[in-house]
Amino acid sequence: MNGNSARGDWLLLIIFAAVVLTAPFTLSYIGAGYPDLLQKFAIFGIFAIGFNILFGLTGYLSFGHAAFLGVGSYASVWMFKLFTMNVIPAVLFSVTIAGIFALMIGFVSLRRSGIYFSIITLAFAQMSYNLAYSVLSPITNGETGLQVRHLAPTDRGPDYVLKLVDEDLRWIDQAFGVVEDGIPITNLFGIKMSGFEGFYFCAVLLIIGFFISIRISRSNFGMMLRAIKSNQNRLNYTGINTRPYLLAAFVISGMYAGLAGSLLAVTDPLAGAERMQWTASGEVVLMTITGGAGTLIGPVLGATIIKYFENIFSAINEGILQNLFSFMPEGLMDIFVAVVGMFVGKGWHLTLGLLFMVIVIFLPGGLMEGVRRIGNLFRRSSKSAAPQPSSQAAE
Amino acid sequence: MSNSKNEISRRKVIKTSAAAMAAIGAGPVFFSRGAIAGSHGGYCNAPTGKTVTLGFNVPQTGAYADEGADELRAYKLAVKHLNGEGDGGMLNTFKPSVLKGNGVLGKKVAFVTGDTQTKSDAARASAKRMIEKDKAVMITGGSSSGVAIAVQSLCQEAGVIFMAGLTHSNDTTGKDKRANGFRHFFNTYMSGAALGPVLEKEYGKERRAYHLTADYTWGWSQEKSMKDFTEALGWQTAKTVLTPVGAGDFSQYITPVLNSGADVLILNHYGKDMVNSLSQAVQFGLRDKQVNGKNFEIVVPLFSRLMAQGAGEAIKGILGSTNWNWQLKDPASAAFVKSFGAEYGAPPSMAAHTCYVQTLLYANAAEMAGTFSPEGIAKSLEGFKFDGMGNGPTEYRAEDHQCFKDVLVVRGNQNPTSQFDLLEVVEVTPRAQVEYDAAIFGGNLGSVNAKAC
Repeated sequence: MNGNSARGDWLLLIIFAAVVLTAPFTLSYIGAGYPDLLQKFAIFGIFAIGFNILFGLTGYLSFGHAAFLGVGSYASVWMFKLFTMNVIPAVLFSVTIAGIFALMIGFVSLRRSGIYFSIITLAFAQMSYNLAYSVLSPITNGETGLQVRHLAPTDRGPDYVLKLVDEDLRWIDQAFGVVEDGIPITNLFGIKMSGFEGFYFCAVLLIIGFFISIRISRSNFGMMLRAIKSNQNRLNYTGINTRPYLLAAFVISGMYAGLAGSLLAVTDPLAGAERMQWTASGEVVLMTITGGAGTLIGPVLGATIIKYFENIFSAINEGILQNLFSFMPEGLMDIFVAVVGMFVGKGWHLTLGLLFMVIVIFLPGGLMEGVRRIGNLFRRSSKSAAPQPSSQAAE
Repeated sequence: MSNSKNEISRRKVIKTSAAAMAAIGAGPVFFSRGAIAGSHGGYCNAPTGKTVTLGFNVPQTGAYADEGADELRAYKLAVKHLNGEGDGGMLNTFKPSVLKGNGVLGKKVAFVTGDTQTKSDAARASAKRMIEKDKAVMITGGSSSGVAIAVQSLCQEAGVIFMAGLTHSNDTTGKDKRANGFRHFFNTYMSGAALGPVLEKEYGKERRAYHLTADYTWGWSQEKSMKDFTEALGWQTAKTVLTPVGAGDFSQYITPVLNSGADVLILNHYGKDMVNSLSQAVQFGLRDKQVNGKNFEIVVPLFSRLMAQGAGEAIKGILGSTNWNWQLKDPASAAFVKSFGAEYGAPPSMAAHTCYVQTLLYANAAEMAGTFSPEGIAKSLEGFKFDGMGNGPTEYRAEDHQCFKDVLVVRGNQNPTSQFDLLEVVEVTPRAQVEYDAAIFGGNLGSVNAKAC
């Protein structure tokens, strides 16, 4: 049994890796094969996988995960500004900082469960957002966002006032004598981290993140998290202290979010407060639920669908629709363009909302439940030749 | 139980991960080849077919959505005129122009649109889509300086031209200027310089001003300019308060104004924020008050007709500055208003005007240079002097890529004759009075990025 599931997991991982790595090729058929969107797929996939470790396994619904995303971004951009444009230190630093931040928030908010937990995390995230927006402006540069800038002049006199938000130091790069022409871009030992190279960097981390999430899900630790979800009281009565498990899950999930935030900064070195807004926290909840909370693939699928809608559906304008329906007679075409136009372009939120409603009503387990149902349908039809009452009864 | 999970041997892990690594390593080489080979002509997104694609990146949702919608209308009209459809609009008045109304450099102008959501992240994602997927050779748009600055630096990195739409912060062509970015719109320094003398004439030299300021780059820039110019008149600044963008309800910020001893309220707000804060300030009865023996006054440094429309009655008698107004009588403005009105049934806003002009200026620069290469465009635009675009003689200054032209000081119309007749021009401040040294805001223009992408 165990051997089977382990083999299944490896198969799953290999298929997943293959799908992710060939995405630039396959997704170009649906207009999504360009680097920026592919990067977003991978990054928000990581974010959703991490969120799912908390929400999917323990059932604790955090409404403040965007705070870790934002912290990760800021930490990375500061590494770029102060030390080096190489992405490795930035990623490591971001994950660490996000982990510490998650430990602090988790320590406080995990004292409560259910809706109270959600509200506390939401409050923390909104607090972080407002702090980043105003009080912490010297570190976050407020609404304009923290950006990589030109180097500060090397021959600074004693009365030179160094404004780190507007001028960079990059000590490590300078120690190695890197010459900068204009504002530098992020790199991985010389490989630029924008475009497809940036996507492959994110994709590799996505696959590693996915692997870790499989291992967590199959481990004793994962079993304990699921036990918390099904009945925390019973665990408490048997003498098990659930708090450390929950806190560990919260911190791991926060570190995933920090990694995602860091990658956002790696592929585009700019960190803004809006990444921490409650809508961003809500988005990852939507992603996870759309795909299927508690499943392995679901969150990544949900992230892909939502980012696809945001980037592709929002860009469809009247001209494109007119081309699409140009085979129709004039009057009919105008009606079609007008009706469909409500659901694309700036109406993409509407389409997404409808899709979400349909999924929640008909497939409460998310898209992965749909996949499973279709799978069952096939299995049943093949089994109907030799009926097995025991498996039928489970339906 | 703890042993049962170790079904996977170490050897298996190493084998599989080695295979995965090999696949990963080979991936970029294999897949990115096609993508990199996509550019010709030595610069990013050089058009190869019969069309040239421009990217119109405007806010379609959020606090600045009204401006964004009007900007998009103007862009579409500009494309029509460039392709020789419609009545030609300002193509007929723009001088010196080499535009023929047959597209640009013989290529038909096509466009793609995107929603910035008035957020830097979303705007950059949208601009990246235009550059990477739709192969746009120029990005234009705006309505928030924070967004414009973020997109401008993206365009600099990517190697395409950015023609800023409505962005009013000094930073866009000051501290954050970039060689690939160009701005036709005026800035907060010019607003302050133009408003100063008018405020002195209308309200005297002894006033105490209270600032409510949108908390981002444009708001800070606007507040600083207004503070500098009013304090130079002898005014005092009672207090400056930052308000979040898109706050919706400003009552908590307006109540303290009543007891602050200030007799002028300066609203450094724009878009729906300005509509809300001004309406609420008037509802709170600020304008009926007498403070320090003087009538309480409200000033809105950056005024647009769209906002005036939103604020309704509240704007009557309020002073502000604007880049352009549809009631100007020069032939260029008249031609633009006529073709815009015929197309959409309403006069254009100043946001629409600047976006339309920027598109024409870009097309003309490409014709002049004989190429869409950012280097060629920059060479034609730097120091370019032109007229017949509704602002009188205008110059694109080479040092900071900022346009210099006359500035309008306007007042909310007391007796509007139509629903669009909302602003009356109080004074046309000549260009010489609003000019400044390019070095005062710092920043580094750098060199034009025209590398292949």
